[in-house]
Amino acid sequence: MSKVRVLVGTRKGAFILTSDGARKRWKVSGPHFAGWEIYHIKGSAVDPDRIYASQTSGWFGQIIQRSDDGGKTWSTPGSTPGHLQGSDGMPQGESNKFVYDTSPETGKPITTHQWYDGTQHPWEFKRVWHLEPSLNDPDHVYAGVEDAGIFESKDGGKTWQELAGLRGSDTGPKWQPGAGGMCLHTILLNPKNPQRIFIAISAAGAFRSDDGGKTWKPINRGLHSQYIPDPNAEVGHCVHRIAMHSSRPDTLFMQKHWDVMRSDDAGESWKEISGNLPSDFGFPIDVHAHEPETIYVVPIKSDSEHYPPSGRLRVYRSPTGGNEWEALTKGLPQRNCYVNVLRDAMSVDSLEPCGVYFGTTGGQVYASADAGDRWKPIVRDLPAVLSVEVQTLP
Amino acid sequence: MIRVILPPHLRTLAHLDGDVELELNGTVTQRSVLDAVEAKYPMLRGTIRDHATQARRPMVRFFVCGEDLSHEAPDAPLPDKILNGAEPFLIIGAIAGG
Repeated sequence: MSKVRVLVGTRKGAFILTSDGARKRWKVSGPHFAGWEIYHIKGSAVDPDRIYASQTSGWFGQIIQRSDDGGKTWSTPGSTPGHLQGSDGMPQGESNKFVYDTSPETGKPITTHQWYDGTQHPWEFKRVWHLEPSLNDPDHVYAGVEDAGIFESKDGGKTWQELAGLRGSDTGPKWQPGAGGMCLHTILLNPKNPQRIFIAISAAGAFRSDDGGKTWKPINRGLHSQYIPDPNAEVGHCVHRIAMHSSRPDTLFMQKHWDVMRSDDAGESWKEISGNLPSDFGFPIDVHAHEPETIYVVPIKSDSEHYPPSGRLRVYRSPTGGNEWEALTKGLPQRNCYVNVLRDAMSVDSLEPCGVYFGTTGGQVYASADAGDRWKPIVRDLPAVLSVEVQTLP
Repeated sequence: MIRVILPPHLRTLAHLDGDVELELNGTVTQRSVLDAVEAKYPMLRGTIRDHATQARRPMVRFFVCGEDLSHEAPDAPLPDKILNGAEPFLIIGAIAGG
């Protein structure tokens, strides 16, 4: 019988929730990395026992953790003393070394971006927001970081190299931080074309590479953002999340700072699909595992009021690819609920019927085993949830 | 023998119970102590000092013999009490909420 493993990153550690395919009884393991912020934890599609986690701290910086046994044990890749001896005799211990590429060979090393006061500010690495394992090789993984950039590792997380063409694109100096920092939070890999990668940055927008990450172009035509001087600018849009269905990788769904959008041409153009949502502000967006036109969002009241409208926690589902939305409320609190659901905190499994999961800043992880019709909390009292990923296991 | 006391989170990261014990030759400095700690526990690289600049991370402090030496030059010699193990080299996570 199939199993489900839910990987939950929180402000104070990681938790792993497991169930059989019925998704009724759950076992909770954790906290792993207790006391540390776990921005993201995600497994490889080709080797589900290979899981990567981004562990961060305001005191001690960035750590990358890796499990090769489905989350039972963890290690920092390549950091044992006998491992990876450098030329100077020192063990390299570079699994947490994210250094921006400034080599002349990459063309135009960009060293500054737009700061809050309009001046230029140096790029400074702060943390890894998102880890996206390759669809083909468990040792190949991408990292989206703050200040915004994309790195990759081809040795299981032991060493990281920046794909500097993104930062080095002409628009880099115009990027600016959103309230959460200038973070690269979304990485989507095209399952039909390994050369095509989509990423999104707050607050710069969406970008696409068609050559495996060497060069990038902004794909923000059709986005309209009143909070920037030119609402239709090429970059500067605060994209919160993008989602894709693997069977139709040219169709993208976006939750922007305000507005829910879709593109049917791989990001060349976008149109709004907010329709009848009670608010089109929000963070996560996801797609049903078996129905590429069924999408989910969690409306949030506004950019300063980060909680559900009217204190009612409602997931909205559109079976029509947007514009027409239905509220999903069964099992979710419908009064006095003032939690938020962050951008990486929603995921789906691939069982039948499709399971949908999301975590809140109040520490609840809700699950629906029937595509959103009914919800139950798996756990209620975790630290604030930063990310939720789901693995469907044989 | 030189004793180094790590903050609890770094002890956990290094899979370490108790103090770090080091034998160092020559002039003992902040830099030589931290190099030796990182050589013994490579997973600590980047957690005490920035990977790229080798600068002390802002919310990490170094206490020696009741004094905060965080702002001392990294190559300044450490006191004899550190060299003979009478006093530990303390690495501290600064007090901060969250």
